Amino acid sequence: MKSTVSEKDIAVLREKAKTLRIEILKMLTEAGSGHTGGSLSAADIVTALYFYKMRHRPDDPKWIERDRFILSKGHAAPVLYAALALSGYFDKTLLGTLRKLGSPLQGHPCSRKLPGIEISTGSLGQGLSIANGIAIGLKLDKLSSRVYCLLGDGEIQEGQVWEAAMTASHYKLDNLCAIIDNNGLQIDGHCCDVMCVEPIVNKWAAFGWHVLDINGHDMEAIVSALNEAEILKGKPTMIVARTVKGKGVSFFEGKVEYHGLAPTHEELERALKELKG
Amino acid sequence: MGERKEKSEQGKQSIEKKPIATRDAYGEALHELGKKRQDIVVLDADLSGSTKTGKFAKAFPERFFNIGVSEQDLIGTAGGLSLTGKLPFASTFAVFETGRAWEQIRQTVCYSNLNVKLVATHSGITVGEDGASHQAIEDVAIMRVLPNMTVIVPADGIETKQVINAIADYNGPVYVRLGRSKVPVVMPDDYDFKIGKAHTFHLGKDANIVAMGIMVTASLEASKILKNECLDVGVINMSTVKPLDTETVLNASKICRLIVTAEEHSTISGLGGAVSEFLSETNPTRIIRIGIKDDFGCSGTSEELLKLYGLTAENIVKTIKEGLK
Repeated sequence: MKSTVSEKDIAVLREKAKTLRIEILKMLTEAGSGHTGGSLSAADIVTALYFYKMRHRPDDPKWIERDRFILSKGHAAPVLYAALALSGYFDKTLLGTLRKLGSPLQGHPCSRKLPGIEISTGSLGQGLSIANGIAIGLKLDKLSSRVYCLLGDGEIQEGQVWEAAMTASHYKLDNLCAIIDNNGLQIDGHCCDVMCVEPIVNKWAAFGWHVLDINGHDMEAIVSALNEAEILKGKPTMIVARTVKGKGVSFFEGKVEYHGLAPTHEELERALKELKG
Repeated sequence: MGERKEKSEQGKQSIEKKPIATRDAYGEALHELGKKRQDIVVLDADLSGSTKTGKFAKAFPERFFNIGVSEQDLIGTAGGLSLTGKLPFASTFAVFETGRAWEQIRQTVCYSNLNVKLVATHSGITVGEDGASHQAIEDVAIMRVLPNMTVIVPADGIETKQVINAIADYNGPVYVRLGRSKVPVVMPDDYDFKIGKAHTFHLGKDANIVAMGIMVTASLEASKILKNECLDVGVINMSTVKPLDTETVLNASKICRLIVTAEEHSTISGLGGAVSEFLSETNPTRIIRIGIKDDFGCSGTSEELLKLYGLTAENIVKTIKEGLK
């Protein structure tokens, strides 16, 4: 399916994703710790959600008809914080307080401290169940809002994810779209070495999901997939987004050590040069 | 044990006063509440027949969600439903609800302070024949330690119904611990449950028993026996274990020589733990904790097990007499 979005709009989204990456790198450097690789790999997906697909009101975060986003891979908090700040949920200067004492920008998202966070996450494997509950609740209220849930590929090693996978298809939650940021790496190494998660597409299909297999850095493909998911009725959609960990900064790309390492000031300078090209 | 026999023995008691399992009272209360409130949704993990949520499920199938044998998903889904303004009651056996899904309760429910009601049945050793795998004797401890959590252990069917109504009107995570077996009605007709408020049957000058759940009945019996031996022993039903009714505990400790806690739970970190923690800092008092002593349960009838683990009026009597020597 072709996206109905113009080339120009796609170009704007690509630029936005670049801005997100810049903010991610800046806040992580300032914080001195945090998860660089998995924040960068999800930047294009999160950009498409917040600046194209999702209906939301930054000045009214609890707007009842909003679409919901659950960051199940909570360690990618910087990408969510950047999207929220650039959307206008809070002042961009707050990004500089990431992980610091007293900051609403906790190491992992905390819903009680920051507007725009639907639910606190950080312990892996729990987001999809929550997304299911929201999707059921929205259906009970006959609201057309949709629920988006972003998972990591290492995360799907958690058993609860598969419990939730069954629930979503059992209750035919077609207002739910999950996305796996399939960057292939986890803390201890390559997912295929630590605990193989493939064949991801077949697994989700076997659990009763409509599965789309896309390049998670191709903005047009992301937009198309999100649109297709919205049209599909009777089952939840899983978008398997093939991504590169650390995407956008050549010396972070595919490097397992940058799962949980923040850039140094020197690395930040080089990274910004690359991104701003 | 025939209900008939109970009735003929206690001929004057009304129908409502016949022994009823707290899980049955829950099923009835939930059904009634479902009629009144459209925002109530109920989730279960393949045990709706046993937890008695089945009554609600039958009446309101569109608001009942069986999540299957997956307790972690049960908690998360309940959390999600609460985020859309629903009032979810999530039920299964206590050992699975609190143990299997503890970290989901911590991260999703308590950390975000969600309005989720966890009502678990089959707590304690009175589960009986199923044995240790199904007997939760650590649940109060592991729920009590969680910030934002309220922990309630009703003593009988009457109190259970009031508890269910009270928590529906309270905003925040609550854990309610219910049992499988029938228990006598012990709370008075004019009883009015309030979260965080203990019920004092009477205060004793020699000792006071702080009890929860089925141990309230045993404590009342023990108090009666001790009265015949000229010992004045009071009984407090501490149905809200968290937040603890510290005022009542402190007052009781000031008028007697000995505080005894009684619980169908491990003596580590349950009601005995809560009372000990509080009194050691405010009014150091001699405390004896009656409960299960760092052990697992086993198979047997509930009566046999109560006797084996010393959760009887006789053992409370013996313990208090020794404690007061």
